[in-house]
Amino acid sequence: MTQWIEACAAGDVAEEDVMRFDHGGRTFAIYRSPSDTYYATDGLCTHEKIHLADGLVMDHTIECPKHNGRFDYTTGAAKGAPVCINLKTYPVKVEAGKVFINIA
Amino acid sequence: MVIVGAGMAGARAVIALRAADYKGPITLIGEELHLPYDRPPLSKASITSEEAPAPILLLDEDQLRSLNAIFINHTKAVKLDVKAKTVALSNGQSVAYDKLLIATGAKPRRLTIPGGEHAIVLRDFPDAEVLRAKFKPGKKIAIIGGGFIGLELAASARKLGCDVTLIEAQPRILMRGVPEAIAKIVHDKHISEGVNILTGTGLARLEAQAVHLADGRVIPADTMIAGIGAAPEVSLAAEAGLKIDNGIVCDEHLRTSAPDVYAAGDCCNFPHGMFGGRRTRLETWRSATDQANTAVANMLGGSVVHHALPWFWSDQHDLTLQIAGMGDLGIKTVTRQLSPEAFIIFHITDEGRLVGASGIGPGNSIGRDVKLTEMLIAKGISPSAAQLADPNIALKSLLKG
Ligand SMILES: Cc1cc2nc3c(=O)[nH]c(=O)nc-3n(C[C@H](O)[C@H](O)[C@H](O)COP(=O)(O)OP(=O)(O)OC[C@H]3O[C@@H](n4cnc5c(N)ncnc54)[C@H](O)[C@@H]3O)c2cc1C
Ligand code: FES
Repeated sequence: MTQWIEACAAGDVAEEDVMRFDHGGRTFAIYRSPSDTYYATDGLCTHEKIHLADGLVMDHTIECPKHNGRFDYTTGAAKGAPVCINLKTYPVKVEAGKVFINIA
Repeated sequence: MVIVGAGMAGARAVIALRAADYKGPITLIGEELHLPYDRPPLSKASITSEEAPAPILLLDEDQLRSLNAIFINHTKAVKLDVKAKTVALSNGQSVAYDKLLIATGAKPRRLTIPGGEHAIVLRDFPDAEVLRAKFKPGKKIAIIGGGFIGLELAASARKLGCDVTLIEAQPRILMRGVPEAIAKIVHDKHISEGVNILTGTGLARLEAQAVHLADGRVIPADTMIAGIGAAPEVSLAAEAGLKIDNGIVCDEHLRTSAPDVYAAGDCCNFPHGMFGGRRTRLETWRSATDQANTAVANMLGGSVVHHALPWFWSDQHDLTLQIAGMGDLGIKTVTRQLSPEAFIIFHITDEGRLVGASGIGPGNSIGRDVKLTEMLIAKGISPSAAQLADPNIALKSLLKG
């Protein structure tokens, strides 16, 4: 099943940065990598449900602003204590300057 | 490998040993009943959560099994023999070690004034359960000490509708380790949330239901709590003849004065590799993990100097405070205003070296920039005061030079 949702304009997210996107009572994080590829994950840290959009993006890593838990946002992989549960990731496509994520 | 003390540092050491592919036996010895758990929630969610709290485990049964570690709970290490390389336990057992990690943490200081025993303290999960039961709406809570634990408890008690008085002997709260501008925000927040703060006030004595101040005032209280700091738990090490000076004295590799014995966490005093070997003892969550990682690397034959930057956070009401580096080495400060309510104070030495950051703001507004400051410090980059002060210059751009 697919359910593509328009999340933002491509230019809304700075390079090597992250933006919060809320939809249908859920919260997501949209990333733009240093090589200009877009990714999406669940918006909340798997440790204590903190918004990852307030965190720091370095290369392919998002670091949570609360206790510095790290994830690879391209795969959702948790990179060690204090985070041990992976982040859910979502497919992303960019069309006509808009970022869409498949939240199905 | 034997680890004494099953708190943050002890638990992380088990994980680090296996992550480094160590295949030999691991024995973790802990005085507490519970599996290793996280302490920071004890002053916060464990007290205020609606549902009865359970300890947030750092290692559960399954993990201990899959890591193939033996956990001996509810058992104290009572004697260390550094010649025979054995640890005697309170259950009569004796455990031999090749390498030993002492991660015995710290114990809250008690009040020594008359009646001081009426004040309870917070360090472990059962302590938090006691406080939770006492923090009922309308109850009078007197907290002695305006440090982090006292202030976090004040916030938790107010959230539950208690009538809270916090008493601090110093002229202001958070006298140690926090710049005045930040202490003022914290102070004002507590006042606006209804905490009664008395600063510059000494104590005369405690009675069963009242705090008697040095100036003669009497503060009635259903519960009195002492939050006056913690002392490193060094008895095992001291009795074994290890060198002690505000903690177990270690070198930059976190080796104690006894061969094959290492220390990590709140009990450990070491020269910090990032700050010219300046000796320090840290009582923070992240340092406990970082030190466990360094100690383990060296227990496995490495020679890693402990470099990880000190970092601490505290949550009070809706504010979060973060402190990174060693701000007290700085003599100058520069402030970066991130938003009307959030700012970071940078600490700079007289040679212009950036050595620390202290930030405060609602929610998670400062985390990213404090982290970037840590990265600047770790890389030895010292931007100019003008660059640091200007919120339009991204710290990330300074990092990339
Ligand atoms: C209420 C509270 C709130 C906190 N909040 C924060 C926060 O918000 N941010 C932050 O950065 N830090 C916070 N901290 C500090 C942080 O939790 C500690 O720095 C960290 O737990 C230190 O880890 P440790 O392993 O050195 O010691 P501990 O976690 O204290 O573990 C030591 C363990 O060793 C055991 N032990 C001692 N002696 C023996 C013996 N002889 N034999 C067997 N076992 C023994 C003890 O019972 C204990 O379980 C808080 C601490 C407390 C108490
Ligand atoms: S909430 Fe993200 S690391 Fe703890």
